[in-house]
Amino acid sequence: MMNHSQPTGADYNYTVVRQFALTTVLWGIIGMTVGVLIAAQLIWPALNFETPWLTFSRLRPLHTNAVIFAFGTSALFATSYYIVQRTCQTRLFAPKLAAFTFWGWQAIILSAVITLPLGLTSSKEYAELEWPIDILITIVWVAYAVVFFGTIVKRKTSHIYVANWFFGAFIITVAVLHIVNSMAVPVSMWKSYSLYSGAVDAMVQWWYGHNAVGFLLTAGFLGMMYYFVPKQAGRPVYSYRLSIVHFWALIALYIWAGPHHLHYTALPDWTQSLGMVMSLILFAPSWGGMINGIMTLSGAWHKLRTDPVLRFLVVSLSFYGMSTFEGPMMAIKTVNALSHYTDWTVGHVHSGALGWVAMVSIGSLYHLIPALYGHGRMYSNNLVNVHFWLATIGTVLYIVSMWISGVMQGLMWRAVNSDGTLTYSFVESLEASYPFYFVRFVGGLFFVAGMLLMAYNVYKTVKAPKDSLTAVADATPA
Amino acid sequence: MSSFWSIWITVLTILVIVGCFVLLRICSKNTTDVEEGESMGHTFDGIEELNNPLPKWWSYMFYITIVFGVVYLILYPGLGNFKGVFEWTSANQVIGYEKGIKEDSKAAVELANKEGRWVQYDQEVKAADDQYGHIFKAYAETPLAELVKNEDAMKVGGRLFLQNCAQCHGSDARGSVGFPDLTDNAWLYGGELETIKTSIMNGRRGMMPPKGGLPIEDSEAKGLAEYVFKLSGREHDAALAAQGQGSYMKGCFACHGMDGTGNKLLGAPNLTDNAWLYGASRGSIEQTILQGRTGVMPAWKEVLGEEKVHVISAYVYSLSNK
Repeated sequence: MMNHSQPTGADYNYTVVRQFALTTVLWGIIGMTVGVLIAAQLIWPALNFETPWLTFSRLRPLHTNAVIFAFGTSALFATSYYIVQRTCQTRLFAPKLAAFTFWGWQAIILSAVITLPLGLTSSKEYAELEWPIDILITIVWVAYAVVFFGTIVKRKTSHIYVANWFFGAFIITVAVLHIVNSMAVPVSMWKSYSLYSGAVDAMVQWWYGHNAVGFLLTAGFLGMMYYFVPKQAGRPVYSYRLSIVHFWALIALYIWAGPHHLHYTALPDWTQSLGMVMSLILFAPSWGGMINGIMTLSGAWHKLRTDPVLRFLVVSLSFYGMSTFEGPMMAIKTVNALSHYTDWTVGHVHSGALGWVAMVSIGSLYHLIPALYGHGRMYSNNLVNVHFWLATIGTVLYIVSMWISGVMQGLMWRAVNSDGTLTYSFVESLEASYPFYFVRFVGGLFFVAGMLLMAYNVYKTVKAPKDSLTAVADATPA
Repeated sequence: MSSFWSIWITVLTILVIVGCFVLLRICSKNTTDVEEGESMGHTFDGIEELNNPLPKWWSYMFYITIVFGVVYLILYPGLGNFKGVFEWTSANQVIGYEKGIKEDSKAAVELANKEGRWVQYDQEVKAADDQYGHIFKAYAETPLAELVKNEDAMKVGGRLFLQNCAQCHGSDARGSVGFPDLTDNAWLYGGELETIKTSIMNGRRGMMPPKGGLPIEDSEAKGLAEYVFKLSGREHDAALAAQGQGSYMKGCFACHGMDGTGNKLLGAPNLTDNAWLYGASRGSIEQTILQGRTGVMPAWKEVLGEEKVHVISAYVYSLSNK
C-alpha cells in the first residue's frame, strides 16, 4: 500500500481558497435575495417600483448569473484550489496567477451586477454578459486552467484523485462552451450580435446552456462531493470502478443533451431525437455519482444523527438523484410536450440548484471554513443544524409548488372542449398559478434566511481565537 | 445535410453509445489486481477508494437505456440523414427541405402521401378535423343572424375569441390604446354582421397621415383638438374651438365628414361618439393630429379558416347587440 504522509496545512496556499470561500457566502446571499425579490414581483408586480433596473426582465438574468457564476463558481474555485492541493500534496502552481483569478473573477461579477440591471445584454440565457466581459471571462478561465493543471502536473502522488478528474473536465469544457457560444460581432462597446443565426444559434445556445448545467453545476460539484463526503464521513469512497464508468460516460453523454431544450421547435427532427436519446442514456451515469457518494456512508450512517454538515452533503446527493432522474424523464418528447414552458422546468432547475448545488456547497463550506482558519468545527453546530432545516424545507416548498403549478399549467394549456377549442385562456392558467407563486416565494425566504445564519456563523468562526473551536468527538472527520 | 456531416454524426453517435456499453462491460469485471471490496491502495489526503463491484441494478438500468436508445435511433430519425424505419417527420416542411421544395408545402404533402411517410402534423390536423370538423361545418352553414341566437355557438365563439383575439382586444373585449373596444357599438368599419366578418377575414389597415396630409400648421393642433372636444360634446374653450373649426375646414371633413361623424367606408373614426382609440386627453388628440396614426388588424382567413371566423364574427356582433 502506498500511503503518502500528510503535510500540514501550513504548506498549502490557503489565501485564495479563503477569499473564494468567503465570497461564496456573500454572493450566495445577494444572488438568492434577488431571486426572492423577483419571485415576489411575480405575485406583486408593483415591487418593481416602476424603475427600469428593478424590473423582472433585468433582475432575472442578474439572479441567474449571480447564483451560477458568483455563488456556484466561487464555491468551485475555493474547493477545487483546496482539493487539488491536498490530494496532490503540493502547493498551487503559479500563486500570482491564482490571485489574479480571484480578483479577475470578482471584477467580472461586479461588471455583471452593473451591466445587467442597465439592460446591457447579449440576450443569450446564462450568457447574457456583453463581449468585453466575455473576453475577461476567457482570460480568467484560462488562468484558472493553468493554475489547476499546473498543480496536477507537479503533484507528489502517483495517481490523480477522482475529484480532480471532475474538476479538470469541468474547467476544460466550460472554456470550450463559453468561447464557442459567446462568439459575436461587436457593433459598439456594449452591443454585439451573435455569430450564429436562426436554429443554429438556438442549438449553440442550448449546447452551451445545458452543459453549463452538465459540466459546471454537475461535474464540478461532483468533484466537490468526491472530496468532502468521504472526508466528512471518514469513510473510503465506495467504488473506484463505479467512479471510472460514471465519469467517462457522464462527460461523453452530457455534451449531446442540449437539443432537449428545443423539442418541438424549428430544430431538425434528427437533432431532437438524438438529444432525447443521449439524455436518457445519461440517466445511469448521473446516478453513478449519487450511489458512490451515498454508499460511501456505509458504516457511518449513525453520524447523520449528530453531524448536520454530513446531513447537508447526503441530502444534497438525494436531491441530485431526484433531479437527474427528473431531467432524462423531461427530455422524453412526450413528457416534454407537457412540461415545456411551464413552471415544472423552473422547479426542476431549482431542485438541482437549491437541493444539489447550493446544499453540497454549503455542506462543503461548513467543512472547509474551520479547516482554513485552523479550527476543528464551526462556531455553532446548532446554527448549522437550523440552517440545514431551513434549507431543506425551503427547497421542498420551492420544488413541490413548482411541480404542482407546472403540471397544472401544462394540463390547462392542453385541455380542449368538445368542440376542439382550448378550455382555458393563458390568463386563466396564470391566475391559477398565484397560490403556488406565493409558496415558492416563502420557500425562497426560508433558503435566504438559512444563508444569513450561515454568514453569522462563518463570521464568528473566522473571528474566533485560534484553536478555540475544537472538534466534537463524534463528528470528527477521520 | 451533406453526406460528410451525416457520416460524421452517425460515427460519433455510435462511438459514444458503443463506448459506454464497452466501458460498462469492462468495469463489470474485476480487472484490477485488488480483490473486490478491498482498498485500491492509493490514499489521497486520507481518502481511500474501495474496489467494490458496480451495483447490479444500476448496471441493468444502464443497459436498458442503451438498448432503448439504439432501438429509438433505428425507428426514428437521429443518425444523420437516416430517416428511421418509421420514416417519421414532424412536418411537411422537413420533407420539402429534404427534396429541395421547401417553398411549396402542397408538393411536400403530395410527396409524403405518395411515399406513405408518417407526418406528425398532418396526422394531428386530420385527427382534429375528423373529431371536430363537423361542428364547425354545421355552424358555417348557419346564417350569421341565426348563429347569434345559438347559445352553444356563442360559447365556442367566446373561447375562440379568448384564444385568438384577447391578446389585443382584451379578455373583456374592451380593447386598449390602439386596439378597438368591441363592446361600445362605435364601429370604425361598420357593425353589421357581414361587415364584421369581412374585417376579421381580410383584416383592416387604418391610416391617418400626420395633419391629415393637409396644409395645417403645428400651431393649429391646439385649436383642432379643442374643436374635436366640442364635436364630442365635451367641455371646451369656445374661442379656441372656433379657431379649430377653421382649421378643420381645410380638409379634415373629407374623411371625418362635415359633421364629424366619420366615414365607415374609409374607416375614418366618428369624432362625435366619445370613443377614443388612441386616448381621450387633449394631449393624445393633439399627438394624433400632429403625428398621424396607423393601425393594423391582421387577416384571419388563412390562420383560422372561414368556418371559425364565421363563429367569431357572430360572437363579436353579440357583444354589443345583446
